[in-house]
Amino acid sequence: MRKALMAAVAACALIAAGGTGQAQEKLRIGVMATLSGALTSGGEDGVRGAQIALKQRGGKIAGREVEFIIAATDASPDSALRAARKLVEQDKVQLILGPLSGSEGIAMRDYSKTVPNVTVVDASSGALETTYVNPSPNYFRFNSNGAMWMAGLGDYVFKDKGYKKLAVIGEDYSFPYTQVFGFALGYCKAGGQIVQRQWVPLGTKDFGSVIANIPDDVDAVFLALGGGDSVNFLNQYGQTGGKAKFVGGSIMVDQTVLSSRGNAKRLLVGTPSSGGVADAWDDPKWKAWVKAYQDAFPADKRFASPSLFATNYYNAFNGMATGLEKVNADLSDGGAKLRAELAKVELDAPNGPIKLDDDRQAIATTFITEVVETPNGELTNKFVRTVPNVSKTMGLSAEAFKAVGLPSRTNPECKP
Amino acid sequence: MSDFIGRRPIWSLVILIAVALLAFLIFAVWTPWMELTFGRKRVFLSALFNGITLGGLYFLVASGFTLIFGLMRNVNLAHGSLYLFGGYVGYSIGNLTGSWFAALIGAFVIVALAGMLMQVLLFRWMEGQDLRQTLVTIGLSIIVADLLLWGYGGDTFQVTTPDWLSGPIQLPFVVALRSNGEAVMMMYPLVRIAILIGAIILGVAMWLVLNRTRIGMLVRAGVDDRDMLSATGVRVQLVFIMVFAFGAGLAGLAGVVGGTFQSLQPGEDTKILLSSLVVVIVGGMGSIPGAAMGALIVGLAEQFGSVYMPTYAVMLTFVIMVVVLAIRPQGLAAVRR
Repeated sequence: MRKALMAAVAACALIAAGGTGQAQEKLRIGVMATLSGALTSGGEDGVRGAQIALKQRGGKIAGREVEFIIAATDASPDSALRAARKLVEQDKVQLILGPLSGSEGIAMRDYSKTVPNVTVVDASSGALETTYVNPSPNYFRFNSNGAMWMAGLGDYVFKDKGYKKLAVIGEDYSFPYTQVFGFALGYCKAGGQIVQRQWVPLGTKDFGSVIANIPDDVDAVFLALGGGDSVNFLNQYGQTGGKAKFVGGSIMVDQTVLSSRGNAKRLLVGTPSSGGVADAWDDPKWKAWVKAYQDAFPADKRFASPSLFATNYYNAFNGMATGLEKVNADLSDGGAKLRAELAKVELDAPNGPIKLDDDRQAIATTFITEVVETPNGELTNKFVRTVPNVSKTMGLSAEAFKAVGLPSRTNPECKP
Repeated sequence: MSDFIGRRPIWSLVILIAVALLAFLIFAVWTPWMELTFGRKRVFLSALFNGITLGGLYFLVASGFTLIFGLMRNVNLAHGSLYLFGGYVGYSIGNLTGSWFAALIGAFVIVALAGMLMQVLLFRWMEGQDLRQTLVTIGLSIIVADLLLWGYGGDTFQVTTPDWLSGPIQLPFVVALRSNGEAVMMMYPLVRIAILIGAIILGVAMWLVLNRTRIGMLVRAGVDDRDMLSATGVRVQLVFIMVFAFGAGLAGLAGVVGGTFQSLQPGEDTKILLSSLVVVIVGGMGSIPGAAMGALIVGLAEQFGSVYMPTYAVMLTFVIMVVVLAIRPQGLAAVRR
């Protein structure tokens, strides 16, 4: 018995030694995702997206095996910094995929300047400032920002839906500011009015007072909430018996909310929205991606179709991998060659073509959608139309866009 | 009552005026001038009611906390974990049986058992060692939080409200007048009213048990002087286990209640622990009326804060705590000894 055990141990040791001797060192990629707090469900789906992308490449980039080191954040900038420092200082990664949330992105932009040998590929964060104000040379973003995801929605809501007056409820951080900013640019130009804006802390439990504060004389309420907050809001709104119509921010009507448990989400049926994906789009590439997503995980471990986060992480990983393949996954020069290649990457993504501008910010497609109920009771985003090639200046000239100012609680004003 | 007026005539007058003013604000039809200064009446009323119902939830959690502290001098920093655990257990039971009451009772019983185990297996062996107890409970809360994250994941859960409790109810308060003179009544979620009534009934029952029964007498005697009580031949350990189980059970029950009108997710444990710490510090450690008072103040502060000064709402509760600590460090309702 003892001998057999010894032999087994020896064999294991041999295999292990042989393994490290033969293969190249693994390529370690730090993946940041919000795995606690209000945006948990989004973070989990993001990780799924990256895992699928890696599996499609056989677990390898340029012949080197890839290892994900997942670092959890909670959507706050300081949690993102903690996670990034841990990845860089402790795990010694040179590649970071993430973060997920808006204010995390701004913090990571500044952090990335202090570690020039690390290449950060943003995975889903959507603040405008991240790639617009003092962009960092080693920070890349293959997804649109929150404003770009709103391109064309204002016009659609005003003209097609006929909502002339809106109230806004959003979480109090950069991404919802950016979404309202992007929406207001189009909506106010079309003639719409935003009469009230309420900002609540991320992770708000009790929306009672906020709901009571919604004015009676608005045509609809623009909701820039996400994840758990959206579900909480809808639940409590249903409890008060409210009947307002909604306009959704990109992650308000995303699968993270539409697949949630309970009945509150049904209030969203008929809600127009826009973002980086449309669940029920007919495009063959999109359908292939939905199928890959559905095949990769059992039905109770995923959403009905990939959320915005899964798609963004999928694209971000593919962008990073494309760049790495060009340089044969060689990072010995601190990633300088990789960054030169990354800037040139053009992705033929499931949600439309993506290329990067001079500030390493994606120019991509925005989808206008509307929530509908499928015959089997699931909620999905019906495809309305696309707005192709949205850039970060939203079709304005650089000067005109600069004159609008940066997203904030009050900008742009949107008074008649 | 008349005694209080005799002793504190000025304070009585202030309280009377405040109550009258509040009653006026609630029942009167607001003039345009008032709407201009205080915002719309519906917002004010809703903040008031939300604050009171939130206070009801905080009371459920904090009363167990304060009882355990008062009797055993044990600052149970795992109390928030008991809350979250109860919520998840209630969610699972509710899903299995489809009954909200089964969820409530099941959570109460199971978490009470967990509390019993905590007392028997852990705290008995470190009686009177404050620092050790504190560290052990913190450790326990971290372990429980991770176990719950492992079991239930990071998602947001909601205990399903029974049909007869969902939807709004009309309250007899006029919030506004339509242009044709018709009064608009206040609509308010029924489930919140039910929770508030439940909390009040429970609070009164607890007060009665503590002040009118033999068991309550034992507990009160234990709060005052533990050693003397055990010297008179009472099996103090049994009383401890009972109180710990009840306090833990209340936290579990509150978890289901909180999961019904708010939601459950990781991190909720520390949040509720923090709130109940503030409640207990404001109200006075070990006092049930204090817990009720503290819960009401913290609930109202949170809600009014979020409406009238959203940016500083988070700070407001702590400002209150600091003020109470500065002026009356033993807490508002604590008995001076």
